[in-house]
Amino acid sequence: MATLTTAEPTRRDFLYIATGAVAAVGAAAAAWPLIDQMNPTTAVLALASIEIDLSPIVPGQAVTHVFRGHPLFIRRRTPAEIAAADAVPVSELIDPLARNANLPDDAPATAANRGIKPEWLIVSGVCTHLGCTPTVSTPQAPEGAFGGWLCHCHGSQYDVAGRVRKGPAPQNLDVPVYSFLSPTRIKVG
Amino acid sequence: MSSGPSTYVPATGLTRWLDSRLPLMRFAHDTMLTFPTPRNLNFWYAFGAILTFCLGVQIVTGIVLAMHFTPSANVGAVPGSSLAFDSVENIMRDVNYGWLLRYVHSNGASMFFLAVYVHMFRGLYYGSYKAPREILWILGVIIYLLMVATAFMGYVLPWGQMSFWAATVITNLFSSLDQVVPHMGSAIATWLWGGFAVGDATLNRFFSLHYLLPFVIAGVVGLHIWALHVPGNNNPLGIDVKGPQDTLPFHPYYTAKDAFYVGLFAILFAYLVFFAPDFVGNPDNYIPANPVVTPSDIVPEWYLLPFYAMLRSIPQKLIGVMVLGGAILTLAFIPWLDTSRVRSNRFRPLMKQFFWVFVVDCLILGYCGSKGVDAVVPFFPALQLVWVARLGTAYYYGFFWIIMPLVGLIETPKPLPDSIAKSVLGPAQ
Repeated sequence: MATLTTAEPTRRDFLYIATGAVAAVGAAAAAWPLIDQMNPTTAVLALASIEIDLSPIVPGQAVTHVFRGHPLFIRRRTPAEIAAADAVPVSELIDPLARNANLPDDAPATAANRGIKPEWLIVSGVCTHLGCTPTVSTPQAPEGAFGGWLCHCHGSQYDVAGRVRKGPAPQNLDVPVYSFLSPTRIKVG
Repeated sequence: MSSGPSTYVPATGLTRWLDSRLPLMRFAHDTMLTFPTPRNLNFWYAFGAILTFCLGVQIVTGIVLAMHFTPSANVGAVPGSSLAFDSVENIMRDVNYGWLLRYVHSNGASMFFLAVYVHMFRGLYYGSYKAPREILWILGVIIYLLMVATAFMGYVLPWGQMSFWAATVITNLFSSLDQVVPHMGSAIATWLWGGFAVGDATLNRFFSLHYLLPFVIAGVVGLHIWALHVPGNNNPLGIDVKGPQDTLPFHPYYTAKDAFYVGLFAILFAYLVFFAPDFVGNPDNYIPANPVVTPSDIVPEWYLLPFYAMLRSIPQKLIGVMVLGGAILTLAFIPWLDTSRVRSNRFRPLMKQFFWVFVVDCLILGYCGSKGVDAVVPFFPALQLVWVARLGTAYYYGFFWIIMPLVGLIETPKPLPDSIAKSVLGPAQ
């Protein structure tokens, strides 16, 4: 049976594998700068946080600011809207997590966990489906059935706490890192 | 090439000299002049030449448009606008014949897709994907994918509202991967954007790739034609060429026939360019991009509407994206999904019916994709259009993955003719 056994690896086999391995590592190292150049530059990453004056916003009003190139929704909620958001049990939600960058990742999506002060809802204006800007719903011009926002691109609906109530969006609108500098001024980012 | 031994004879001293160094003339002679082509190719076989014409038109007009285009999202002279948007308006208003070049280029994309869809349905009907033409078909699917990518990135360049939001929605398709590996999809989206949102960096890279990809397409078209010339053309009968009596030389028979149909196609093309140049476009793209306002009805260009309808018909993000991608990926498996031993639907009475239902299904899906998210079925306001789209999506997948394998097994095909020559010229041959 000696004829069926494979020959001992030779020095040449070793050299083939070693050369191939060095070439593969070299090719990967050369490819990385070509790939990584597409990531955001340091200047983009260093985008400063912004401060927003809330004083012109009246109860029931929603305004849009720009934060990191995306729309940012600021909504001064009426007592009725706060009560409506509080009344929704978390078990009814599509996404049970708060998605609030100011809280732990596993915080539940209660109305209280979606902001700092109940009167102020501050959420990213980027639909979590494919990134369109949803249209705000007001009592005068309702958009969707949940009083918050309706995304016209693919029909996702959000409630007055920015929580997704009808798909295809998988997640609640993100709550960015923010804090109150004074009762009428916030810093986002 | 499988056309047998070369019949090229260099006529002059210069061509003899060239032939023994670089046999370019011999190659052209064997592939474009004497290449034996089935004698029964009909009108639908002209679309290969028409598509080559389209690619040429897009490359030539694209190169000159790039001489006037500025790939920058930075604010231009007009407030609320951008250098990119302004440069496209400059092409339209001030550059000599700029309006013509841009309208030919933008309508050329639509004409290109019109031709490629006819070409694909023709291949599907006559079984041109079946052995030994599987690689030929798969190369075609790759060309189609490259065309979609190129058209999408070209659509972004004018930096209007539709440009911006198309870029946002399509790049966000990748964010659905967050549901597979947390943060992976978002990281890919950020990498594609070069920022936290679609912006100047995105526009620049799309311009770079939009210029590159047509030449990649031209390369794959070269492989496509190479793979075509190994087994030779399929034909409406779907039977193999048995000898010289079944074929004609490519020139002058098919050069003339193709040229005639390219002419007809060019007339339709010219009608669109000169009399309805914005017919296929979306008027919202004449509004400069606004990153905080999404247009109330965003729709892709007509040639992607069926796939858009599939995406929207699924109420779950990741599954919707998978259904969209799977619909195109499915095309690559057709050579092995069709179990019939007969190629052409002329001899497949049962499959022929499913085929035409499939054509209508694609049109219905396109209609669904063109309507708003809460649209209802015409004349039946109680029925949401999304249910039609769901049914249409089910048929699309069912056609390839269930009907195609099953019908091939249960169907009794009609008898095939003995040869192309007998079918065309009568039994006396």
